[in-house]
Amino acid sequence: MLGAQIVIDALEREGVEVVFGYPGGAILDVFDHINKSKKIRFILTRHEQGATHMADGYARVTGRPGVVMVTSGPGATNTTTGLATAYMDSVPLVVITGQVPTRVIGNDAFQEADVSGITRPVTKHNYLVSDVADLPRVFKEAFYIANSGRPGPVVIDLPKDVQQATLKDYSYPEKIDVPTYRPVYEGNPKQIKKAVAAIQRASRPLLYCGGGVIRALAHELVLALAERCEIPVTTTLLGLGGFPETHDLSLHMLGMHGTQYANFAMHECDCLIAVGTRFDDRVTGKIDEFAPNCRDNIIHIDIDPASISKNILVSVPIVGDCKLVLEKVLEAIKPCKHPEWLAQVAEWKRQCPLSYKNDGELRPQYVVEKIYEVTRGEAIITTEVGQNQMWAAHYYLYTKPRTFASSGGLGTMGYGFPAALGAQVAHPDKVVVDIAGDGSIQMNIQETATAVMNNLPVIVAILNNGYLGMVRQWQEMFYDHNYSAVDLGRQTDETGTPVDGLPDGVPSYVPDFVRLAESYGALGRRVTKKEEVVPALEWAVQVRRPVFLEFLVTREENVFPMIPAGASVRDIIGGLA
Amino acid sequence: MEHVISVLVENRSGVLARIAGLFSGRGYNIDSLAVAPTQDPGISRMTIVCRGDDRVIEQINKQLNKLIDVVKVQDLTTDEHIERELVLIKVSTTPQTRSEIIQMVNVFRARIIDVDRKTLTVEIVGDTGKTQALIDLLRTYGVRELVRTGRVAITRR
Repeated sequence: MLGAQIVIDALEREGVEVVFGYPGGAILDVFDHINKSKKIRFILTRHEQGATHMADGYARVTGRPGVVMVTSGPGATNTTTGLATAYMDSVPLVVITGQVPTRVIGNDAFQEADVSGITRPVTKHNYLVSDVADLPRVFKEAFYIANSGRPGPVVIDLPKDVQQATLKDYSYPEKIDVPTYRPVYEGNPKQIKKAVAAIQRASRPLLYCGGGVIRALAHELVLALAERCEIPVTTTLLGLGGFPETHDLSLHMLGMHGTQYANFAMHECDCLIAVGTRFDDRVTGKIDEFAPNCRDNIIHIDIDPASISKNILVSVPIVGDCKLVLEKVLEAIKPCKHPEWLAQVAEWKRQCPLSYKNDGELRPQYVVEKIYEVTRGEAIITTEVGQNQMWAAHYYLYTKPRTFASSGGLGTMGYGFPAALGAQVAHPDKVVVDIAGDGSIQMNIQETATAVMNNLPVIVAILNNGYLGMVRQWQEMFYDHNYSAVDLGRQTDETGTPVDGLPDGVPSYVPDFVRLAESYGALGRRVTKKEEVVPALEWAVQVRRPVFLEFLVTREENVFPMIPAGASVRDIIGGLA
Repeated sequence: MEHVISVLVENRSGVLARIAGLFSGRGYNIDSLAVAPTQDPGISRMTIVCRGDDRVIEQINKQLNKLIDVVKVQDLTTDEHIERELVLIKVSTTPQTRSEIIQMVNVFRARIIDVDRKTLTVEIVGDTGKTQALIDLLRTYGVRELVRTGRVAITRR
């Protein structure tokens, strides 16, 4: 069997249904066989970065590894942002890159790049396959490593001569054992016992849940623990959907742009139960002042030992799968009541809810709120990065795991649109909405062609404020209003007349998203008034075609609440809230 | 504090880069790194001397353990162990200083491995205290070149 055929066979045996990618010289042999597969659907993207984010979106909403296939050199280097995004957020990917033939590796051949070198720091593992006999094992290992333990992206760099080589007696391994890689799933019973005792003793407990809850599908156990022991729950950005935000015990998101009540609760709690999360700096703010009342009473459940006590020293570390550990905790724990604590939390929620100026203007928060209402909270939401991302986190209420995909760790602008396409490929019947900004959406706008050509009816809701909004907000707040390189619109005088000397025919802002969508064969609609929001959304949901909804929102809206970088909850800026 | 970390790794291409990249990418300092195959040709041992507070060292251990190619990580600092380093020192000589240097080398149980008209090359094997003491003494005569292997270490048990 040819190396190229082994690749396809391996993908089929791993249950891969869809591969995202882009062909090129050094991967041609595999492409010569992929279109003969009856089991694999190949989605041709318009850029390799788009392919990687699509696979990432697919993986986040299914829990299965996303698969990408690209060529050598630039094809491979274009995947690095997607790899880094997936690596930071623990998303399983298998990325197959073509490579120049082994005999010319290192000779600066055409489209050669040291891909295993370049991708090493942004992958969980990578392979450069130099012998066709290694292919079956490498593929088996790659899928296993990508999708077990703390998941992450794995790259397989595949020289052209290995694709062309023949392997006699090919068989795909049934089982896999990597002796140097043995993730721990079962929590240590002694530690679990300690955790149960600590929770039972607490008078102001708080659950703090991250993406690990969603990865392990431990959401029902979190709910059970929260209800049995009356523990309020806050989640990180990646934890959204891990606990129903419609529940009384939900404190919504915490951290830099978290709710005030979540951050107050973190400050006051006397026992913190951190589940599948990593105490990221956007969550903790100033480490010394983080959660001061529970520092000797932090339980941390995570599958990655290196995430435990990395930023915050914890007292009860439990390495393991969130679901398996919480099952054991629930077997032992008795119901408890915290009426005073819950009353305090409820009071904070009443005093400082998330809010914005709900006046006659078209404001971005209003748009997100209506997206939630029109889709009845049942859509899959992806986001770009910046203000759009934070409003998507605030004003849409997530109730189920795997319904939200956002680049949290790396903060990759341009992630949301291709991720939405990947999610739509996985769930063709669901409503998928990318909540975007006018900056971010342009970073992978070429994938509009992929949406149209594959009939993926994703809704792109562009909150167009003509700015790189989050950067502008920081410049307003921390750089004395010095708006530097953030205005995406045209230079105008006070009356709005352009003074930039650009020729007639250049629209008042660039691009005209409606015409842009239409030029691809997608649909577009511009919304300028509040009352147009709901009808436009209803139309977009029922039309089942790729749609760009462009909302011309108030330009200088800020995301609040906000704890400035490196500050503590004491420095929280509530804004309107 | 200084730590001596012994890492067993799969003897594959790219492993050294992976380990070195981990240290540089995460901002950990390496003082020295020695690597060669063990009695099992499929496995290499890296002896890494590095510095950091307890938390940094714990992270280094954990992050090394996460690498798929890493078989075992052992912080020897806490175990009873023996350390050795080989140092080659090319020291300037004159007819007047030559015998003085040779005496000193003998006292340290080091060896003269090459003699030239204007230099002597000395080989010393020992722990850091011993090698450093000789280096310091020889500096007064003028050290032309210094080559060290970096430390290797083995547990006593």
